[in-house]
Amino acid sequence: MRRCGHGHCWLLGTLAFFYLVLLSGVEADAKSDHHSENGHHQNASSISGIPIVTFKWHHVETPYTVALWIIVAGLCKLVIEANHHVTNVIPESALLICSGFILGGMVWGADKKQTFKLNPTVFFYYLLPQIILDAGYSMPNKLFFTNLGGILLHAVIGTCWNAATVGLSLWGCHMGGAMGDLDIGLLQYLLFGSLLSAVDPVAVIAVFEQVHVNEVLFIMVFGESLLNDGVTVVLFNVFDSFVSLGGPAINAAEIVKGIISFFVVAFGGSLVGLVFGLLLSLLTRCTKNIQIIEPGFVFVVGYLSYLTAEMLSLSAILSITFCGVCCQKYMNANMDEKSVTTVRYAMKVLANGSETMIFVFLGITAIDKTIWVWNTGFILLTLLFVLVYRVIGVFFLTWIQNKFRLVPLDLMDRIIMSYGGLRGAVAYGLAALLDENKIKEKPLMIGTTLIIVYFTVVLQGITMKPLVTWLKVKRATNNELTLIEKVQNKVFNHMLVAIEDISGQKGNNYMRDKWTHFEEKWMSWFLMKPSARKKHDHLFNIFHMINLKDALEYVDKGESNGTLEFIRNDTAFIDFKKNYEDDFSDVSMPDLTIDMGDDTIANPYASVLRKIRDAVPSISLEMHKQTNYGLRESENINTHHLLQQHLYKSRNQHRFRYSRSHFDLNQDENEVQEIFQRTMRNRLESFKSAKLGVAPPKPITKHPRKDTQKKMPNGKSTEKRSYYSGDEDFEFSEGDSASGYFPRVTHRPGTGIENPSFMPDLDPRAPVQIPPWLAEGELDSTAGVAPSQRAQAGLPRTPSNLNRLAPLRISTRSTDFPTSSSSQQSNELPPPPSPPPYHPHKI
Amino acid sequence: MGSSKSSLRHIPNAQELIQDTGFSAAHIQRLYERFDLLDRDQMGRLRVPDFEAISHLAMNPIGDRIIAAFFSPGKDTVDFPSFVRILAHFQPTDDNRTRDSSGKEPYNSPNRKLQFAFQLYDQDGDGKISRAELLQVLQEMLGMQVTDELLQSIAERAIQEADLDQDDAISFDEFKKCLEKVDIDQKMRIGFLS
Repeated sequence: MRRCGHGHCWLLGTLAFFYLVLLSGVEADAKSDHHSENGHHQNASSISGIPIVTFKWHHVETPYTVALWIIVAGLCKLVIEANHHVTNVIPESALLICSGFILGGMVWGADKKQTFKLNPTVFFYYLLPQIILDAGYSMPNKLFFTNLGGILLHAVIGTCWNAATVGLSLWGCHMGGAMGDLDIGLLQYLLFGSLLSAVDPVAVIAVFEQVHVNEVLFIMVFGESLLNDGVTVVLFNVFDSFVSLGGPAINAAEIVKGIISFFVVAFGGSLVGLVFGLLLSLLTRCTKNIQIIEPGFVFVVGYLSYLTAEMLSLSAILSITFCGVCCQKYMNANMDEKSVTTVRYAMKVLANGSETMIFVFLGITAIDKTIWVWNTGFILLTLLFVLVYRVIGVFFLTWIQNKFRLVPLDLMDRIIMSYGGLRGAVAYGLAALLDENKIKEKPLMIGTTLIIVYFTVVLQGITMKPLVTWLKVKRATNNELTLIEKVQNKVFNHMLVAIEDISGQKGNNYMRDKWTHFEEKWMSWFLMKPSARKKHDHLFNIFHMINLKDALEYVDKGESNGTLEFIRNDTAFIDFKKNYEDDFSDVSMPDLTIDMGDDTIANPYASVLRKIRDAVPSISLEMHKQTNYGLRESENINTHHLLQQHLYKSRNQHRFRYSRSHFDLNQDENEVQEIFQRTMRNRLESFKSAKLGVAPPKPITKHPRKDTQKKMPNGKSTEKRSYYSGDEDFEFSEGDSASGYFPRVTHRPGTGIENPSFMPDLDPRAPVQIPPWLAEGELDSTAGVAPSQRAQAGLPRTPSNLNRLAPLRISTRSTDFPTSSSSQQSNELPPPPSPPPYHPHKI
Repeated sequence: MGSSKSSLRHIPNAQELIQDTGFSAAHIQRLYERFDLLDRDQMGRLRVPDFEAISHLAMNPIGDRIIAAFFSPGKDTVDFPSFVRILAHFQPTDDNRTRDSSGKEPYNSPNRKLQFAFQLYDQDGDGKISRAELLQVLQEMLGMQVTDELLQSIAERAIQEADLDQDDAISFDEFKKCLEKVDIDQKMRIGFLS
């Protein structure tokens, strides 16, 4: 089946390529012919009166060509991505460049010259901004700012070092006569060095995204590549003006001016970005009534910040980066959920599209005789210097950095950092910007730049993954962690924070805390709409999303079952549920058993399961199919996932992933409130019990836990906040908290089905309804202790949800029997919300 | 250095502590200041409320456990040497000091660090993390949407994963084995200012 699929893909790929050949052929013909054709048409129309149709290629030529190229680039990506076994070995960026070679060859074959090139204007004004904006917008802010010092060190000092050393060494070699007769002076060499000094974010993301190195390493390389683009452009401009001035005119004053302008340009650019970012946040604060176009603002304002910085001759790249970084939080909070999704997707579409275009055109550009001026010495020496000085620079800078880092970057990290110095389109764009009048050897420089780009992107890109594996670089932690490790990692994090608090160490977290405080107090107040501030708690968002997903799946299944009646009709709904459950339980059991076996868990429950399965003979085939589907789909969403989502995060924990083509939610941590209340409740309990001489509550029966949990949504969080700095004299009034018992997040309109089970939070004062399927099926051993309440207080769960949690739940059942504590606990539960669609005890 | 040496004089057993824990004199000095600050009634020892007065700790889900870890069993106060010794677990592991003055493993060895982590779970001190103990930690650490039964099954599964000798509990050796892939030294490390 798999093989067949691949064959299919290849076929498709070949077809697509034929199509491309056809397209470019047509295009080229059209292009070469269109002049004569135009004349012909005009003649024809003037002679024979009103034409019914005319062929007006020249009217649409430019946009048509652009659109064609976009689609061609897209098709290239499609073909490449269809062959997974290839992209596993060779990074996509390298393949795109190669397909660019092929396309370039076709164009060359048709036109006998290269008509399409990556031209700096197009690159800098139309292709680059959205990539950088996307990078800024999906920047893992915390990680970025935590490592900002190191990143800046590499981006500024490292880039200058690269530019200077490459330039000087090449000049030295030139003086030594290693490259024959070239008309390049010291300043030109420095200029060349500066344009080669930038590590390219596009290339870096494309390669590192597939490698999954650990997050610190990633942010170091990625952040550096992002910021040093700005630095490179600045350096380039400074040296460019030096070159224009000419050697003799440069004196100390000019050099000082150059250095000053470097800083002004860099910081000015960042400032412009910051201002636009804040403006954007403010703007989205009041776009409530024009929700449909609010996503557009992000792009337009981002682009404006780019252009404004460019206009003021400040660093446009830095500007748009910081615009994205700065607005993301407020914008996401201010805008409607749908707009945020739109922005995310549109951003990815644009960035991914441009990236594809850039790589394809980098390939196409190479197929051109006019840019190739071969000078072996120059090219090889440049390549050597670029690589060597990158390594030296990185090692030296990390050596400095490690003096200040708590967890030093080890040798492997350094090697990968030096090896990750991929050059890309920015270097080429700058090279293409060189002025031929001032620099005689421009073609040689462009050619060399291209070779370095190909070398780094293709060769280093391909070897990166094996290298990372071979060196056993710490990878990004993924799901292979055992549960206990996962829990333990969290314990470690919390532990560190606690110990830091106790020992009064302000090193790592102090500044961040200060900033958070300021940010919460002023920035959020100013930039976020009040409603957004309130629903800040992202737990509810997750909860909401889970429910939404469940509801969707539920409807899906209902539809495939041939009826949507249950949506309109309550009793039908329940009947459906009931039937479904019956069917479901017996069918899913075998799968679950297998699932558990796969997880290599010695499970004594398999026999129990088998017994249950045997007890119910009827198996609905249809249901079986669905269940299988559901199981497969939710294979990945297992316990690990659950833990991942719900474990509290400690202050210095930051989850992130940056990827051009996927995005995770940047999850902030807003659980402090919950933990705080829980802790306070605990202390109060133990205090009370100590005072009254009652034995402290058994460790396992965590009464307070449930209560505090339920108190979370009471909307009193803002008042509680004032106690944060307060110490243990904190007054915890029980009546208070009980009276404030209102669900903070109520049912959101537009979630689809008008079905109480899917409401995120339900009115707790609603009368207890015992749904029919509970009433009749309550034969559990814990009957009489009202286990249904516990179930009802849990997540509303659809059968599909049950699917993914099923292995857990099964084992739960068996642990349920011995531990009576859990059933005691259910007595303490607040009044249950109305019935969940599924009750786990009924199997 | 000279000034901190001289101010070390009013700290009890300062030299011994430096020997014992591997903290520098400046570290000890600074920690003593912190200890002094926490010790609100100036008795030279800390009680539980002194710890609880640290506002951020109330927002830490396992804050109470950490506090409890400072108190040796049966005592309700902690004096400065014990305080420092607990904190010494969080120093970077020093490969050169494999034995401390009394011939024991130093506090900052990976093993001791792990032991510290282990006893956070093992509240009854029987050398094993029972299911109930694990469940309790999970309850403290997990968000509100996870139901109890789910928690129980998670605990169950975690124990199954780690439990090699099938006694339905995680012993220290099993715990160590589970975490052998984790770099304990890096995970339990704090940059102590001096």
